[in-house]
Order: sequence, then structure tokens, then C-alpha cells
Amino acid sequence: MNRSIERLYNGLIRENPTLVLMLGMCPTLAVTTSAINGVGMGLTTTVVLVMSNLLISMLRKVIPDRVRIPAFIVIIASFVTIVQLLLQAYIPSLYAALGIYIPLIVVNCIILGRAEAYASKNPVLPSVFDGIGMGLGFTVGLTLIGIVREALGAGSVFGFRFLPKDAETLTIFILAPGAFFVLAILTAAMNKIRLKKGKDRLEISCSRENCKGCINASCTGRGDIDG
Amino acid sequence: MGKLLTIAVGSAFINNVVLSQFLGICPFLGVSKKVKTAAGMGSAVVFVITLASFVTSLIYKFLLLPFNITYLQTIVFILVIAALVQFVEMYLKKKMQGLYNALGVYLPLITTNCAVLGVALKNVQNSYNILESVVNGLAVSVGFLVAIVIMAGIREKIQYNNIPEAFKGTPIVLVTAGLMAIAFFGFSGLR
Repeated sequence: MNRSIERLYNGLIRENPTLVLMLGMCPTLAVTTSAINGVGMGLTTTVVLVMSNLLISMLRKVIPDRVRIPAFIVIIASFVTIVQLLLQAYIPSLYAALGIYIPLIVVNCIILGRAEAYASKNPVLPSVFDGIGMGLGFTVGLTLIGIVREALGAGSVFGFRFLPKDAETLTIFILAPGAFFVLAILTAAMNKIRLKKGKDRLEISCSRENCKGCINASCTGRGDIDG
Repeated sequence: MGKLLTIAVGSAFINNVVLSQFLGICPFLGVSKKVKTAAGMGSAVVFVITLASFVTSLIYKFLLLPFNITYLQTIVFILVIAALVQFVEMYLKKKMQGLYNALGVYLPLITTNCAVLGVALKNVQNSYNILESVVNGLAVSVGFLVAIVIMAGIREKIQYNNIPEAFKGTPIVLVTAGLMAIAFFGFSGLR
């Protein structure tokens, strides 16, 4: 039981995928135009992550090591397709809002990364909790960014407008540049805290270390570029 | 011809793949410290995306549509793209050493680039035919090349600037990307 709680803490705080590891940046920037979209994307990813962690952990002794990455991709892509069809049928508004970013969950670094780094080496129960922790961590990150962007850009939070009707809002924050600005301020704030604690700055890079288990880079055992 | 031109300009500049669609953010921020590596990454992306849009649209038209299994598109596309990148790498290594030396290191990183799968899915979503898909793929990836090279150029200059401690590294790059995205808004006047 302790291990499960440790996994939840790890995903939510210590290795938060959005705020600490800086993984899955494409959906983070693209769908956070409102808080509710952030929650929707986060929970959708969580479902896929938990299911794929569960199945991969169950099959970890069956899948031969050499073909593990293609096998993981098929499993993840299947769950993404199932979730996509379910959303289309039962929550069409969210399906329309997230659009092409639902099938693109397949290439989200977090999911394959967790499969490779955790689920393929650990028993079922901790793997499921790892998925829940990481997924909720991602959801929290997206929701935070979504709340800030929606509040500044539309003057509302979760659709409830807190400004007077004719008040001007900073529309740029729900457009593309606003996504970059909000993430920049957030990263700078995290850096400030980390520098005070004597840790390294956050960095997005395409090295193997940051993208553990990213499809081909880990197949071939290389893929570091000091660009 | 007119439609092809509209697709090309629209995908390359107006809806720039990184700055307004947010696809391929990881290499855009991660591999843009030097103009030379950025140009290498960009060219590899042009090569792979153009090829992938051709292959995936062929598969969609002649395999998925006739058998009525379009719901399998995500699974099929990602596997095809992963296999394609491996084959391209092997082929270049054997037959075209020069090109391999220039692009080889970037190829393994490209499968995870969500832009490749994103373009393949967009082609289907907009029901482009094969020629239109290839033009769209080429245009999207040229847009990526332009954006990443500009970004690398700016980053080479930023290095010597005096930036607040907390903003050094990723945050200032994100601010730069935001300013570039504002600049690219100007292209919507082309519509």
C-alpha cells in the first residue's frame, strides 16, 4: 500500500510530467485554451495511461525484449482508438474541442515513457498507481495552465465569467502566443524555486534521458543530439 | 493548381505547424541551439513528413477505405510511420552515405515528432487526395524548417544577452516562440 501512495506522490509532485519533467508539451500548449479542455485532455490521457500501464505490466513477461517498443505502441494506439470512439459517442463536445489531439495521445512521450521506464519492469498494482499518479499530475499541470489562460483571455474560469459583461480581456492569452507566454512564466517560476534549492534549471531537450523510451531513440539505443 | 497553392501557403505560413498548431514542439525547443543542427533537423523532417504523407494517403485510399476499416487509422499510421523511418534510415545508410551523414542522427528522433502523425491525420480529416496530401506534407514541413531555423538564429544571438537568472534556458526560448507566433499572425493577411 505504501508503494502505491509513493507512486501517486511521485507522479503528482516529485516527477510531475508537466511542471518538472516537461513532457508532452504539444497537448499542454495546444488544448489549454480553457480550464475545462485542460481537465478533459488530462483525464483522457490518464485513462489511456492507466489502461496501457495495466496491460503492459500484465504482459511484461510475455513480450520479447527486442520487439517491446512496437508492442507497446500497438497497445497504446489501441487504447487511444477505444477512448476516441467512446468520447465521440458519449462526450461529443469534448471530442470536438480536442479534435486531432486525441489520436495524437499515441505519440505523447509520457505514456510510452512510463511503459518503458516503469510498467515493463514492475508488478501490476504499482504500475496502475504509477499511471494514476502520472496522469493526475499531467491533469493538474494542464488545468493550471488552462485556468490562467482562460482567466486572462476570456475573463472566466471553468466557463463562469467573473468580469463584467463589457470588460475588455487579453484575448491573446487564448490564442497561440499566449500558450507560450504562460508556459514561459510558469517555467521561470519553477526555475526560481529550483535555483533557490540548488537544483538544475528545467530543460526541454530531445536527449534520450528526457524522452526515456521515446519510440525509435530507445530502439536503436541512441538519439542524443546536443543541438 | 489554385487549390494546391492555397493548401501550401495555408499549411506553411498561416497555420504554421509549430507556432499555431503546436505540433513538433519537442524538437523545435530541444534542437534549436545552433542554426546548423536546426537546419539538419528541419531537412530531415521535410524528408520524412513528405514521404510519410504520401505513404499514409496511399494506405488510406487503397487499404483502409475499400475494406471499411478507417477506425484503425491511428494504429496503422503510427506503425507505418515507425517502420518507414527505420527503412529510410537503413536505405540511406546503405545507398546514400552523404545524405545519411547529414540527416542520419536526426532520423530516430523523428518518429516521436507528433507533427508526422498529425499531418497524416490532418490529410485524412480534410479528405485530401494523394497529390494534395503530398503538397500539404511538404508545405507543413517547410513551415517547420523555416520556424526552427529562425528560432536557432535568434537563440544564437540571445546567448550573449543579459537575461534574469530564472528566465535563462527554456523560459526565454518560450517567450521567443510566443513573439514569433505573434509575428506569424501577420501571414493571416495572405488568406
